[in-house]
Amino acid sequence: MTVKKLGLKQRYAHMTRGLDWETTYQPMDKVFPYDTFEGIKIKDWAAWEDPFRLTMDAYWKFQAEKERKLYAVLDAFALNNGQTNISDGRYANVVKLFLTGISPEEYQAHRGFAFAGRHLRGVGPRVAAQQQSLDELRHIQTQIHTISHYNKYFDGIGEFPHMHDRVWYLSVPKSFFDDARTAGPFEFMIAIGFAFEYVLTNLLFVPFMSGAAYNGDMSTVTFGFSAQSDESRHMTLGIEVIKFLLEQHPDNLPIVQKWVDKWFWRGHRVLGLVAMMMDYMLPKKVMSWKEAWEIYFTEAGGALFQDLARYGLKVPKYADIATAEAEHISHQNWAIFYQYTHAAAFHTWMPDKEHLDWLSEKYPTTFDKYYRPRWEMWAQMEKECKRFYNMALPMLCNTCQIPMGYTEPGDPTTICFRETQFRGETYHFCSDGCKDIFDGEPEKFAQSWLPVHQIFQGNCGGATVPDVLNWYRMNVGADNMDYVGSPDEKLWNEWQAGKVKAAS
Amino acid sequence: MSVTAIRPDYEAHIEFRDALANFHGNMLVYVHWEEHLSFCSALAFPLPAAMPFAALVDEVIKPHYAAHPEAAGIDWSKVVWMIDGEKKQPDLDKSLADNGMRHKSLVRFWTPGLNGFRGSAS
Repeated sequence: MTVKKLGLKQRYAHMTRGLDWETTYQPMDKVFPYDTFEGIKIKDWAAWEDPFRLTMDAYWKFQAEKERKLYAVLDAFALNNGQTNISDGRYANVVKLFLTGISPEEYQAHRGFAFAGRHLRGVGPRVAAQQQSLDELRHIQTQIHTISHYNKYFDGIGEFPHMHDRVWYLSVPKSFFDDARTAGPFEFMIAIGFAFEYVLTNLLFVPFMSGAAYNGDMSTVTFGFSAQSDESRHMTLGIEVIKFLLEQHPDNLPIVQKWVDKWFWRGHRVLGLVAMMMDYMLPKKVMSWKEAWEIYFTEAGGALFQDLARYGLKVPKYADIATAEAEHISHQNWAIFYQYTHAAAFHTWMPDKEHLDWLSEKYPTTFDKYYRPRWEMWAQMEKECKRFYNMALPMLCNTCQIPMGYTEPGDPTTICFRETQFRGETYHFCSDGCKDIFDGEPEKFAQSWLPVHQIFQGNCGGATVPDVLNWYRMNVGADNMDYVGSPDEKLWNEWQAGKVKAAS
Repeated sequence: MSVTAIRPDYEAHIEFRDALANFHGNMLVYVHWEEHLSFCSALAFPLPAAMPFAALVDEVIKPHYAAHPEAAGIDWSKVVWMIDGEKKQPDLDKSLADNGMRHKSLVRFWTPGLNGFRGSAS
């Protein structure tokens, strides 16, 4: 007897559809309480299309194969002492920033998509969200395994989950995801699935993965490749969710537009960390942040929003401001970390002359005028043994939680201060974008856990900087401060000396 | 309420994390030296409302900005002050509260003639 094989399409239909039933013991609205309160109207859940048509059994097979390849490369990297072949010891700080700032958000994404995968009542989006949830869990796992090799040699890595919940600058990505995960499932899907994974993801992964490739970090490149097919699935999910919502009911448009505006701006603020990484932290540069922004947002994003215009969706509010800021944020962010290097879990350094020249070339109308003098002043101070530290705590934006270091649109010499009054209290913001987000949901953002204010309230281990760093579990003198003079640098120099000796 | 929440009693559970009462008798004060962006942002301090403005200048502002090469050259009698968006000359002997400051007030100041390293606002 021959068993008749199903075609791919049939097989997909059998494995994903008709898995659900109308509940009878409990009303459907009670079983799926979360997919109505946001005001999104769905007329036909069956209209959801998965372009990938991936079934769970095929998913397991693909993923297992990728895992085998990845771990083979990781083993080879470790056996060959791959850590000694990176471009420079400074590069390890890119890996630290990734593990502390990005990897925990993979886990947050895993939990968020698990929630969406439970609470959306349509079976199509549920299967897709569950797969993405598993992908995200796989991503944090492979990232931990990849970077754990660096943890054997470099400082600032070992306490990353603890630090994620406590350290001042890590509250920026943490609060971003906390915000998304405390929203309803549709807002989460737009926030992470569309705004982050679709519109902005190339500005996160391409810089880190090309940065890794340019700087000899073959292990990170490999987990990047391993995640790549997942990422393209996530992008497809992101674009599908927005089209689905906009096609289902015209009343969805204003709600979705508000989310797109909000999450574009929030994403732009978080990506400032990547901007700084590209322009200041990669020993071998890939391209400037401004160039990346032009390619991946201005051009690619422009085409995307042109395509979505047929649904009435507009380019995110303040996209023009974000584009103008691409000229400035990397410099402003590295300056923040440079002066608070004593409280950062990675090393900072003064850009050398060649690096400054590169920045002058990449930012011809602004760098020499506004930022080069700042570095030259600090370099002069370093020379006089007066290395500049900011010994007070910074004022933070109540929405993005970043020190309020961004400048007025059109005036890079003046800090942008915005504020709003809510129930008799003042709230401060770094930008109109962050102020609008607060004004849209003041009851939520009045609860922001702002690290500086929490320190003053006595909730972070004590009143002094050493108390707080201890509460962060920062290994003072190893994890923090400048690269020059660090144990990382010492080890790197020993490796280099060893290579010279071996060659002679 | 602006937040779209699943629970109807969301408002009853709001935790105003930065309420004045949480700062152990102090209020938050932000200070910013204009045109000196080597200090990346305004600085935050928890201070008693009864502190004289002169003490804010001498004990808080001066030491925290001292690292800047231009700090020593400031003529404090010529400083231009702005408190919560309003340019005004504070009364140095009066308290922060009597100068109109409250929890989360922002004090910005300009130092005429000093515009940052090589006039770059750094």
